[in-house]
Amino acid sequence: MANSLETLRAELQERFADIPFKADIAYNELTLEVSAANVFNVCQALRNRFYFSQLMDLCGVDYSQYGQADWETKQATSTGFSRGVSKGVPKKDIDSPRLAVVYHFLSIKHNQRLRVRAFAEGEPPRIDSVVSLWSSANWYEREAFDLFGILFEGHPDLRRILTDYGFIGHPFRKDFPLSGNVEMRYDPEKKRVVIENKKYLTVSSEPLMTESL
Amino acid sequence: MPDIRNYTMNFGPQHPAAHGVLRLVLELDGEVIERADPHIGLLHRATEKLAETKPFNQSVPYMDRLDYVSMMCNEHAYVMAIERLLGIEAPIRAQYIRVMFDEITRILNHLLWIGSHGLDIGAMTMFLYAFREREDLMDCYEAVSGARLHAAYYRPGGVYRDLPDRMPQYQSSKWHNEQEVKRLNENRQGNLLDFIEDFTNRFPKHVDEYETLLTENRIWRQRTVGIGVVSPERALQLGFSGPMLRGSGIEWDLRKKQPYEVYDKIDFDIPVGVNGDCYDRYLVRIEEFRQSNRIIKQCVDWLRENPGPVMVNDHKISPPPRETMKGDMEGLIHHFKLFSEGYCVPEGEVYTAIEHPKGEFGIYLVSDGANKPYRLKIRAPGFAHIASMDEMAKGHMIADVVAIIGTQDIVFGEIDR
Repeated sequence: MANSLETLRAELQERFADIPFKADIAYNELTLEVSAANVFNVCQALRNRFYFSQLMDLCGVDYSQYGQADWETKQATSTGFSRGVSKGVPKKDIDSPRLAVVYHFLSIKHNQRLRVRAFAEGEPPRIDSVVSLWSSANWYEREAFDLFGILFEGHPDLRRILTDYGFIGHPFRKDFPLSGNVEMRYDPEKKRVVIENKKYLTVSSEPLMTESL
Repeated sequence: MPDIRNYTMNFGPQHPAAHGVLRLVLELDGEVIERADPHIGLLHRATEKLAETKPFNQSVPYMDRLDYVSMMCNEHAYVMAIERLLGIEAPIRAQYIRVMFDEITRILNHLLWIGSHGLDIGAMTMFLYAFREREDLMDCYEAVSGARLHAAYYRPGGVYRDLPDRMPQYQSSKWHNEQEVKRLNENRQGNLLDFIEDFTNRFPKHVDEYETLLTENRIWRQRTVGIGVVSPERALQLGFSGPMLRGSGIEWDLRKKQPYEVYDKIDFDIPVGVNGDCYDRYLVRIEEFRQSNRIIKQCVDWLRENPGPVMVNDHKISPPPRETMKGDMEGLIHHFKLFSEGYCVPEGEVYTAIEHPKGEFGIYLVSDGANKPYRLKIRAPGFAHIASMDEMAKGHMIADVVAIIGTQDIVFGEIDR
């Protein structure tokens, strides 16, 4: 497996010599990092030339708090145990784009897997859709749009998928509080369910995001 | 008068054939489906975000609740991801136990599938047959973990404890007299492995019973043959995996192609369909019953002969034994640290996939060196399958939607996450 990954990396480097990209092998997996502008061309080549016939997974990742610890020793007993990051992990550069799209490909012909990562740039972040290459991307891209607010250009039907009808915000971004911004209750006067902003702070095992920002 | 031909019909979210909370908006031309638009997310619990706020070892029970009919397989993918990042390997006996319980889980899952699929399209009796065997297998879950469904038995570094020496037995009550209890306890006299072996000896006959009921049944064939046909090319395009992919004639099974744990030492075959319709997928799953049974048998034989540890002996990762914890200061500290702040996992990212009963279940785990995952993405097989609902249902009659939902083996715990 390790040898074939090296071979694949060499082949990819040869094929994509004209565009900037990074290829790392870690934990016996090959990760390709390309820019958002090139992602469609790279994917097309991967499907047609390298026989990655299946897109197994596509997801968004928010790198904005990567490598940051909030290990608050003074509050350790009252708010539970927070994140501790071992020393030496590079923090995320603030200026670089925060949201990435990660693709996992599977080649049934060669029995190989490949991961491709592309950072979506701009606000709102945009990236090309790959629905025209793999039909399975349709719902995965809807999910990444719903949870992270990444806009996939060329997607035929970019609607929310997992969150409620009329939901506001993108819940898997790191600055979205775990317990949400709104709460729902039955209003006996109006005789219907109302959605209103959170009034009370919930007891949570993690410090509220607003404190750290 | 306007000529209205198309109807839009709402199916679910509370419908017995929706297998949970599926809302399906169907556009119909008479009784023929023009477009099917599944609305999912009614069971969305943000498992992935919750896992980001908890130490690695505390998210194992969340995995049970994803696909709540194949609990241990979900745990398996998750603990494998952590083990790969930590660079540890479970002891060989734990690996055999995991394989054995993965296959028990596969049978459990397929039993529920065949029961509910049958119930949906007019074979009521199947449900009763399937639950008879499920009962025995859930007793195995209970014997080993204390829980019949949400086991939390697999842990990073092995399994929670070794197989029990004796099988729990029924006791007489006002509903069961002595004689009846004696009959119920007949195969529970030995240890868990004896009980499982007894099951594997009985089970092929039970599968024959299911086949007698369904395989040649005229109604069953009318409802499944030629329904929801997916060509191999489309199956790949749509990201299918597991029995859905094999039903379309592609021989692909991660247990064989990318073996994990001890699957490379075990002898079994992969059933493959031909036509890619609901009937072929039914045949594939029926054959998987028999193959899983074969695997369990081999594991039972191996486990009988080879005692040994079932957990890595590193107390930074696995809890110390109870006696050590009570009597030894270091054990107490280890225990406290492990269950409060967990352990830091080296920076990196892995994608581990296992052959879940429904298909490829993958865990994409990103760690930034903290004691909590930075990002956890669960690749649920059902998500890709239900995404194809529109394509599979188009042009079929409305009653076939139920057959298609059944054949996709939909469970909303994993789709909505």
